[in-house]
Amino acid sequence: MPEIRNYTLNFGPQHPSAHGVLRLVLEMSGEVIERADPHVGLLHRGTEKLAESKPYNQSIGYMDRLDYVSMMCNEHGYVRAIEKLLGVEAPERAQYIRTMFDEITRILNHLMWLAAHGLDIGAMSIFLYCFREREDLLDCYEAVSGARMHATYYRPGGVHRDLPEQMPRYRGSSKWHSEKTIAKRNAARQGSLLDFIEDFTDRFPGHVDEYETLLTDNRIWKQRTVGIGVVSPERALQLGFTGPMLRGSGVEWDLRKKQPYAAYDKVEFDIPVGVNGDCYDRYLVRMEEMRQSNHIIRQCVAWLRAHPGPVAIDDHKIVPPLRADMKDDMEALIHHFKLFTEGYCPPPGEVYACVEAPKGEFGCYIVSDGANKPYRLKVRAPGFPHLAALDEMSQGHMLADVVAIIGTLDIVFGEIDR
Amino acid sequence: MATDILSNPERLTTLVKVLDGALADHEHETLVEHGEVTLVIPAAALLEVAWILRDHPDLRFEQLIDLCGVDYAAYGSSQWTTDDASNTGFGRGVDRDQDFALDHPHRFAVVYHLLSLVHNQRVRVRVYADGAQPVVASIVPVWAAANWFEREAFDLFGILFSGHPDLRRILTDYGFVGYPFRKDFPLSGHVEMRYDPAQGRVIYEPVSITPRVLVPRVIRDDHRYVGTAVSSEAPHA
Repeated sequence: MPEIRNYTLNFGPQHPSAHGVLRLVLEMSGEVIERADPHVGLLHRGTEKLAESKPYNQSIGYMDRLDYVSMMCNEHGYVRAIEKLLGVEAPERAQYIRTMFDEITRILNHLMWLAAHGLDIGAMSIFLYCFREREDLLDCYEAVSGARMHATYYRPGGVHRDLPEQMPRYRGSSKWHSEKTIAKRNAARQGSLLDFIEDFTDRFPGHVDEYETLLTDNRIWKQRTVGIGVVSPERALQLGFTGPMLRGSGVEWDLRKKQPYAAYDKVEFDIPVGVNGDCYDRYLVRMEEMRQSNHIIRQCVAWLRAHPGPVAIDDHKIVPPLRADMKDDMEALIHHFKLFTEGYCPPPGEVYACVEAPKGEFGCYIVSDGANKPYRLKVRAPGFPHLAALDEMSQGHMLADVVAIIGTLDIVFGEIDR
Repeated sequence: MATDILSNPERLTTLVKVLDGALADHEHETLVEHGEVTLVIPAAALLEVAWILRDHPDLRFEQLIDLCGVDYAAYGSSQWTTDDASNTGFGRGVDRDQDFALDHPHRFAVVYHLLSLVHNQRVRVRVYADGAQPVVASIVPVWAAANWFEREAFDLFGILFSGHPDLRRILTDYGFVGYPFRKDFPLSGHVEMRYDPAQGRVIYEPVSITPRVLVPRVIRDDHRYVGTAVSSEAPHA
């Protein structure tokens, strides 16, 4: 009989279920994992160091590229830190717009997670369903910022501009789309962006029902997720889990409720909590979070319709003046010039501000020495401690379960490697 | 709008009082600014204080949210002086040759952000490390989450964590030399890599990019902030 020994297996970095560029060195006994050693940093771009060499506003775009499936939540964390340092607060309408787009982002992120997680463990069709809805939400991103992903929409002191009165429409016909198809696609786009979002929120709960029909009671799905990667609440706290990873283990903790920011204290929603702390419970938590996000978006739409107003503070030391004003106002022109060539100098000090990003607590720690650039920026990425716990979560599981655990961690390398 | 409940002055005073009480036997300093509490402690007492912060019934900081290194070597230095103009206006030259306080005993700092779910409180803890030989005790026994965070601080700043179970580089490339987030490490790095068809492998060469400053670093003594916050002097100066 041949001698059977532990052997090491290299997984990734070019593996489809490695979610980007994860390299895992697995020490295995047969098909059972003894130790998992994730090698990260293949996407390290030095975002924090780059931010030290740029005025504050120029780094907002880098935040989009950290966790590139929850773009605006990252911006929100960074912008909140700057606002705290400057001692300014965005107007109420901007706060509601941020709340609405944070929740749109949460749905975007959870759809991406569901699609990839499903695909990883063998549920193919869910991927197509999820991307169908993501398309509409990315159109909302595009309508406010012009970019489908890397929006750079949140600015210190508010948001870049107000919501458009006209939702962009598809035009003409092409050899792939007949006029009839285009008319159908444009049906929901006849009004403003808010009309489009409201129409989406009418449809979306039905779509979540569709995903649940595909997965929730699916016995293969349950075989792959129930009892896999169990984390007790005590360990979850020790390991620095936040967001759905913590709530899946039964800890009721959500920054939107416990340390509310933006307009979260004005809207009504519930925090779903898991019981067993396994992959299946975290799946259920995220599914319910999508429904709650939908509920929050509806409340924001109703409020935004009724309350027009400014979307950025009226301080041209921080927010650039209107282009029209620059044409005949010398002050406005000087403000614009100084803001874009030098930026603003916040007072010296240090702040930490965080938001409940879809993956957990996304925080920015800024040290300022009074210069126009941050002295030190540290991004607290929720995925970083989650991936660090992969070793502990996968011990004793089979190789195929590692894929399920990577999926449930909801990791994106943009934020882990920074 | 939603005012940050953590920056409520009463809550901050209570937290400072509790901290002062619990750490009465240890040398410490509490700072309150921007609605946040910072606890500065000597590096030698770190582990003892960490256990107290985690287990004291009135503190219960059971979660380590973040751990990061800070290099204070260039704190308060600017690349473009705006204090006085000559009769031809401000100079346009950017000062790239900065003096760094490289061996200062407080050059490095390790900053911990803690969260208490029970009391809904946050606190920041800062310990300083020597510029020549930065060593800080590892807090992995107290908070398991510190493992990767300490590896990151070691990788980027070269701060050693004594007692860490597995102190390896984490973010930089295999075989990387230097500590990239130190202030004396250039933004464009020291080496660049490319595939060399002649040798048939990837080779490393000195960087070919000339460093340039697009927007100079400027510190303005803005009248709006006079007397509001800490001075722009380095915290250790």
